[in-house]
Amino acid sequence: MDKKLQSILDALQTEFSASVEEFRGEPQVTLAAEQIVPALTRLRDKYHFEQLITLTAVDYWPEENPRFHVIYLLRSYAQHLTLLLRVPVSGINPAVPTVSGIYANANWRERELWDMFGIKAEGHPDLRRILMPADWEGHPLRKDYPLGYEEPQFTFNFEEIDLRKPYARE
Amino acid sequence: MAQIEEVTVEQLKHLVSERAIEGETMLLNMGPQHPSTHGVLRILLELDGEIVVNCVPDIGFLHTGVEKNMEAKTYQKAEVMSDRLDYLDTVGNNLAYCLAVEKLVDLDVPVRAQAIRVILAELQRIASHLVWLGTAGLDLGAMSMFLYCFREREYILDILELVSGQRMMTTYIRPGGLWRDVPVEFESAVRAFLKMMPKRIDEYEALLTRNPIMLDRVLGISTLSKETALQYGVTGPLLRASGMKWDLRKEHPYCGYEQYDFEVPMREEGDVYARYLVRIQEMRESLKIIEQALNKLPYGPVRSDNRKFVPPPRSEIGVSMEALIHHFKLWTEGFDAPKGSVYVAIESPRGELGVYLEGDGGPKPYRVHWRTPSFDNLQVLPVLAKGLFVADLVALIGSIDIVLGDIDR
Repeated sequence: MDKKLQSILDALQTEFSASVEEFRGEPQVTLAAEQIVPALTRLRDKYHFEQLITLTAVDYWPEENPRFHVIYLLRSYAQHLTLLLRVPVSGINPAVPTVSGIYANANWRERELWDMFGIKAEGHPDLRRILMPADWEGHPLRKDYPLGYEEPQFTFNFEEIDLRKPYARE
Repeated sequence: MAQIEEVTVEQLKHLVSERAIEGETMLLNMGPQHPSTHGVLRILLELDGEIVVNCVPDIGFLHTGVEKNMEAKTYQKAEVMSDRLDYLDTVGNNLAYCLAVEKLVDLDVPVRAQAIRVILAELQRIASHLVWLGTAGLDLGAMSMFLYCFREREYILDILELVSGQRMMTTYIRPGGLWRDVPVEFESAVRAFLKMMPKRIDEYEALLTRNPIMLDRVLGISTLSKETALQYGVTGPLLRASGMKWDLRKEHPYCGYEQYDFEVPMREEGDVYARYLVRIQEMRESLKIIEQALNKLPYGPVRSDNRKFVPPPRSEIGVSMEALIHHFKLWTEGFDAPKGSVYVAIESPRGELGVYLEGDGGPKPYRVHWRTPSFDNLQVLPVLAKGLFVADLVALIGSIDIVLGDIDR
């Protein structure tokens, strides 16, 4: 592993009690939710991680504790580094502190996180749905959300299926 | 029937300024069906006369649930959906997905396949920039640009059709290599394109680069500073036009980009004109890469011979029982990928296109997340749009080069 990256990982381990795993030669750092804001601030200001590349989550349902992993991906242009952070969140009332004050583009990414996974970004300035319609129920990327399908219509049952299709009709 | 509710200004309180609530400024809806929004982008504009006070983008009209759908398909079948994300950079989407799968299962790709991937990805980059140039030109009133650019784009789509049978949604790049080798006509077709294209780019530049009407519309409009760009996650030509020399093909090479000699165009100004110049220059650099890749195109197989992940060639299936079994198993059950997650990023025409792929040991991806460049690039729009004229906003949206399929996923 890269020397610069190793020293950053060591610092994260001692200061924020993070744990590090490696897969395919790339480290993944696991942090507690309350550590994410100070950790990202430190990474941005001291270790030159200038950009938040993406922010998303993974649902491990039916696992309950932790049910979700929120994923933060950072990029340092100055040092040619990419760092992936994972924050486990439990399933009962999932929430993470907002990081939109640290990286501005977290704003829409956290709205997407709320829309798709129902994970609240606490302190977010404008937490609305972003991709789904405002009156949508449920959070589609959760594993307990069914995929859904459309019934195929043939000539012999066209009318019958047409009646129960959820069109916008008068 | 669902009720259409009327939205009051009170409900938009946190999005617009005080003056809108008092009725001093006007709220105007731009899109989702507006020619200059390049798809189905809706923007809520707060206007003071003709000046933009606030601008609130509203996205999601093209949301297709690709990430959710991919979880229900095997690794090979899920790839077909990736073309539909960024419909102007289909080869790039396939490439990012395949690189992620290959990294997850630790699969090597033969050098010939890598070189052909590079050629096709660069052709697609030129095609995407041509669509951008045509539509952005159209926004600025340069009507003929659209016709010229789409004429040249058709050559590229013909080459894609030649290799894959499809003009746009090719799915030609597959995990472990390519669907099949390129036909013999491929080289001459690409060479003919390489011969024609530099002159055509000169033509575009003759029409636009020093055109006073164009310069009035683009020079110094909506300047994006490097700091703001980084803060908002902006990547690609926008970032390079703001003074950051960063291209993933150079900085984190994939598919053997390190063998090719090319420049990364960069401008300091950060305005609409700088973005135009960067993209024009990128087309020329792409031509250089294609020529080099074609000149030293190696011979050999175009698919990995690891039968656990890649189906055997057609010729083998007729004579070998094992080949037939492998083929059957791969297309009915798929292959099992290990537990773990990878992130792979490529330089798409719009910026960093990343795939976060997580496997759970089974034949279907547990989670696929697409880090699409347009999503973050569009987020900077409200910052840039403040204080602009509405007409300049049109030029600005054109210069960001958004693809709504890429944003809404």
